[in-house]
Amino acid sequence: MTVATESFGEELRARLRLKWLILRTAIEERLVYRADFAFSTLVRFLPIVTQIFLWSAIFQNDTARTMKGYNFGQMVSYYLLVMMARAFSSMPGLSTGIASSIADGSVRKYLIQPVDMLDHLFWHRVAHKLVYYVIAAGPFALVFWMCRAHLPGWPAWPVTAAFVASLLMSFAIGFLIEALIGLIAFWFLEVSSLIFIYMMLSYFLSGHMIPLELLSQWIPFVDYLPFRYLAYAPAAIMLGKIPQEQLPMELFVQAVWIVVLFILNRVAFHRGVQRYSSYGG
Amino acid sequence: MAAIEVRELCREYKVFRKREGLMASVRGLFHREHTIVSAVRNVSFSIDEGEMVAFLGPNGAGKTTTLKLLSGLVVPSSGTATVLGHVPWKREDAYRRRFSLVTGQKEQLWWDLPAQESFRLHKEIYRIPAEDYTRRIDELTDLLEVRRLMAQPVRELSLGERMRMELIAALLHRPDVLFLDEPTIGLDVVSQRRVQEFLRHYQREQRITVILTSHYMKDVEALCERAIVINKGTVIHDGPLAAIIDRFSRHKIIELQFSDNGCPEGLERFGRIVETRPPRVRIQVEKQRVSECLATILSQHSVDDISVVERPLEDVIAELFSTDDASRAAT
Repeated sequence: MTVATESFGEELRARLRLKWLILRTAIEERLVYRADFAFSTLVRFLPIVTQIFLWSAIFQNDTARTMKGYNFGQMVSYYLLVMMARAFSSMPGLSTGIASSIADGSVRKYLIQPVDMLDHLFWHRVAHKLVYYVIAAGPFALVFWMCRAHLPGWPAWPVTAAFVASLLMSFAIGFLIEALIGLIAFWFLEVSSLIFIYMMLSYFLSGHMIPLELLSQWIPFVDYLPFRYLAYAPAAIMLGKIPQEQLPMELFVQAVWIVVLFILNRVAFHRGVQRYSSYGG
Repeated sequence: MAAIEVRELCREYKVFRKREGLMASVRGLFHREHTIVSAVRNVSFSIDEGEMVAFLGPNGAGKTTTLKLLSGLVVPSSGTATVLGHVPWKREDAYRRRFSLVTGQKEQLWWDLPAQESFRLHKEIYRIPAEDYTRRIDELTDLLEVRRLMAQPVRELSLGERMRMELIAALLHRPDVLFLDEPTIGLDVVSQRRVQEFLRHYQREQRITVILTSHYMKDVEALCERAIVINKGTVIHDGPLAAIIDRFSRHKIIELQFSDNGCPEGLERFGRIVETRPPRVRIQVEKQRVSECLATILSQHSVDDISVVERPLEDVIAELFSTDDASRAAT
């Protein structure tokens, strides 16, 4: 066996080829279950309809009424945008998948083979999302079209660009938070109740349930947590709730969270594997 | 040259001890008692390049822990080991590209996709050049007779077929060292034999270094000349497989064929009767009494045919470990 001294360029190409192949293989895997996938995608649109009914009852079709700066039309837009943000940031099965692979020992594969588990799972997730967008694009367009009367017009292009950037970063933050929770299984074998608590908290703290403006009087630190980037931040940017001159800072802080969470993941993985191998593999 | 060098390797585990009863459980919330269990104790051996060695021992003897140590899944409590010059538990990519671990569980293949998709991924993970990849796939699928199953989702394959696919996945990057942990567990006789034949052929052809653990002595006898016997974490024998019988078997088998179509009474006084099929009898006799017994039998009965043979390896091993269990239970 010859191990050639690879140049930096070749090394990089080999790594990119691997990421691409993981992505491709995971897409193929996803498509095996396309019917189930399409159905669960459709079911996810139901809550938005009930939310709209709920808020229309609260506002009683009074278009002049506002709540912390949201009128009825903006509230509807907020939910539609949050739904979009969650399509990027939610990671169904990621934490539980990592936790169960640690519990049942299949995590060994990543220790024996020259692959990086987090990188592997990341590209797996990208594939998952891409397939999801293809299937969900139709229903998404339909819901937006049905609610078109409530939607404000397109904002200025820098705002739209900031929205897109924030959406993409919300994917990274969602991935990193859920991966981190899954990695806790290296210390506590049973993490399902922890995951449940996280889901509940993030439902509130991300702004998925109600806009964070309505929460901040009770939870003043809510703006300093990473959860706001899972739902609230992209929607607030698009609705102009964040002044344009503050957008660079908003995105910068989001990027800093990605770096912090990335480092935490690396440390947790490294320590976790050490612990795992000193407890019996 | 030694491919695997293990020196005084030890591995201890902390095991929590729970006493019986509710009160004990409540106390356990505040104060945990634990005992230290040694899974591997002062294990030393050295395996040359191209050797194929069997690890034998009862369940819980420390075989799997040793394999986990050598694959870098477990860090030792003390001692050293090098495989191909690498310290396994450092988990360097340079080492991970040169070995494979195959266990009886499904491990490397994507369940919902055809095996060829997993193989293609392995090509990139292990950076196998395209022409080598194609050649090896051809060769391995032919040898294991699974070419026609390449496009079928793995979950639709039988256990034996899946095991053969796992072997391909493990060998695609042409590892220099292969650890096989119960590779034929749960397989039917035909698949078992096929895997066995393949391993023998492949190992001879490629001269790779192999450590094999198996409960099927047939596997071991077919594949390995050298065996390391481990019990309770320590090596109790390291040498030719055949020497195990010499060393640990206290008995031999005397096979007799009597000339008058029946069997005489009272043969039990020589030893345990293993099989009676008149006019043939097989008796298990203590080694040092063999000649004495033969003389007595020949002087008292008319015998057509007589031979003295070794006991099957399987029996010797089973006896070795069960007497050990018995003595452990007695203490």
